[in-house]
Amino acid sequence: MTKKITIEPVTRVEGHGKVTIHLDDNGNVVQSRLHIVEFRGFERFVQGRPYWEAPVLVQRLCGICPVSHHLAAAKAMDVIVGAGTGDGLTPTGEKMRRLMHYGQIFQSHALHFFHLASPDLLFGIDADPAIRNIIGVAMKFKDIAVQGVMMRKFGQEIIEVTAGKKIHGTGAIPGGINKNLSIEERNRFLYGPDPMNIDKMISWSLDAVNFFKDYHKKHRELIDTFAAFPSSHLSLVRKDGAMDLYDGVIRAVDAEGKKILHDVDPQDYLKYIAEEVRNWSYMKFPYLIEYGKKDGWYRVGPLARLNTADFIPSPLAQKEFEEFKAYTNGKPNNMSMHMHWARLIETLHAAEMMKELLNDPDLQKDDLVVKGTRVNEGVGMLEAPRGTLFHHYRINENDQITMANLIVSTTNNNEPMNIAVRCVADSMIAGQKEITEGMLNAVEVAIRAYDPCLSCATHALGKMPLEVSLYDSKNNLIDKKRT
Amino acid sequence: MKVLLYGYGNPGRQDDGLGNKFINRMQKWVNKEGLEGFEFDSNYQLNIEDADAISDKDLVIFIDASKEDIQDFCISKVTESSKMSFTTHSASPGYILDLCKKLYDKSPVTLLLHIKGYEWNFKEELTKKAEENLEKAINYFKEKLINPISLIQFEIPEF
Repeated sequence: MTKKITIEPVTRVEGHGKVTIHLDDNGNVVQSRLHIVEFRGFERFVQGRPYWEAPVLVQRLCGICPVSHHLAAAKAMDVIVGAGTGDGLTPTGEKMRRLMHYGQIFQSHALHFFHLASPDLLFGIDADPAIRNIIGVAMKFKDIAVQGVMMRKFGQEIIEVTAGKKIHGTGAIPGGINKNLSIEERNRFLYGPDPMNIDKMISWSLDAVNFFKDYHKKHRELIDTFAAFPSSHLSLVRKDGAMDLYDGVIRAVDAEGKKILHDVDPQDYLKYIAEEVRNWSYMKFPYLIEYGKKDGWYRVGPLARLNTADFIPSPLAQKEFEEFKAYTNGKPNNMSMHMHWARLIETLHAAEMMKELLNDPDLQKDDLVVKGTRVNEGVGMLEAPRGTLFHHYRINENDQITMANLIVSTTNNNEPMNIAVRCVADSMIAGQKEITEGMLNAVEVAIRAYDPCLSCATHALGKMPLEVSLYDSKNNLIDKKRT
Repeated sequence: MKVLLYGYGNPGRQDDGLGNKFINRMQKWVNKEGLEGFEFDSNYQLNIEDADAISDKDLVIFIDASKEDIQDFCISKVTESSKMSFTTHSASPGYILDLCKKLYDKSPVTLLLHIKGYEWNFKEELTKKAEENLEKAINYFKEKLINPISLIQFEIPEF
């Protein structure tokens, strides 16, 4: 008879999730899965609504990354109103959106590292859960905890001034933006009292990268081998190969660095990417069509972005990028825990980009919106904190949305997260006579590295609430529970 | 005396927006009455930076929609709690207060206003019953905010 270990819910990730690990009589892992249990149905919800409402409506998908959905939907609507993609907007429109986006990246990455990941690194994966949390960090490493709080606050305030408000921001509209940045608003971020100014944010971001590198030196084996596995990587890159989190073309590389998706236009994504539904999960499994369901899966997010980009267009982050790339001799980095390193380099990049934008006089100009010839279909893509985000809409002659397809970052990472869970289960749980809390937390650490946002990611329709079924080695059902 | 009123919830999920609606209405009333010392905020959910936001206040009142078995609204005192939620979508007021204490060595008097809600679908509007509960809570606090010291000396009233 198989034994089943259930970790429910996965602690310290956004939303809900569940992991099941099936062991046989000898303690070997026979199956492990990350299950998604929350049902959202957003693609159907937006059908029938006027297209211009989409950028505001879709923010309800998630309370942690509403800006990513807001901007991806707005980019799709840019296409629909004939404003084109990327640089089709006015300089003020595009740069205000970029500032909003970098604020989002900055606050989300800071929240993830300081709030979700740092307890595992500072106290150890097998530390007492009573102290392995942000309160524990606050007690023992107060300065780090305060930095995390203030960095998130800074990013949130950038979002507020660019999106108009913290909840259901309205800043991005089809074809542009509805406000610019006043001099007073700009000065607050450039010259605000310590620590709430951009120079301090850059300094702290650099400290965080150095903190990780120092930790890496002391715990090299853990960081380099934990849940490491070869994979393809996918992200947007700028047309010249630079990292670009807001706009670009789709590039994918394999585990050796060979390009397997050659900088294609996001409007054509359906020619290259499909989604598989598996009967045990609400979350779909995307894959590159050319390589099929079995081999076409890929990773997205900070690690993937550093693997696909040729360079980072900001000086401090570029210097860190060069060190990051040198560690794997220029080859793609397939070590899951290096996701944290990549995330912190991106945090630094986001801070540098915010400074560059805050110093740009285009943000005070008044030419906010462009329009062109309306079409009935548009795709909006960007690099959300957790990875590549696809928004695809079709509308009818009455301006109503008739079709929406969203592939959110966490859905793109569905297969990799399942593989990461299997890696940890095989290496740390298989063959053990006793399953410790530390071992179980190790599974969660592997998932947390991807920073999944499970409540965003579940939107397949027509499914009943998930049931958990337990079978023995002869396929006899021995237990069943509804979530 | 510095007072923060902070409503949280998703206004796109019907009655989950009760906290945000409370803030909108109460802020207008406080401005109209010319009362001083009040700050207002609202968000989807509480998060770690809120520990900073409450650190310089004498009194903090969080407002949230409630699924609890209560009549219309009730008030409770918040105590520090290091118990983490499994998701950052739902940091509790006690968790924020605990973080504030650990990071800033400050512990403002903190209350939680629970307003009863009923429906949680993808709609902007409150249900009629939730609107009625909101109205009752607002009327109660209009009286209290004229003299917020009374809330610091707060004892859980009977409803």
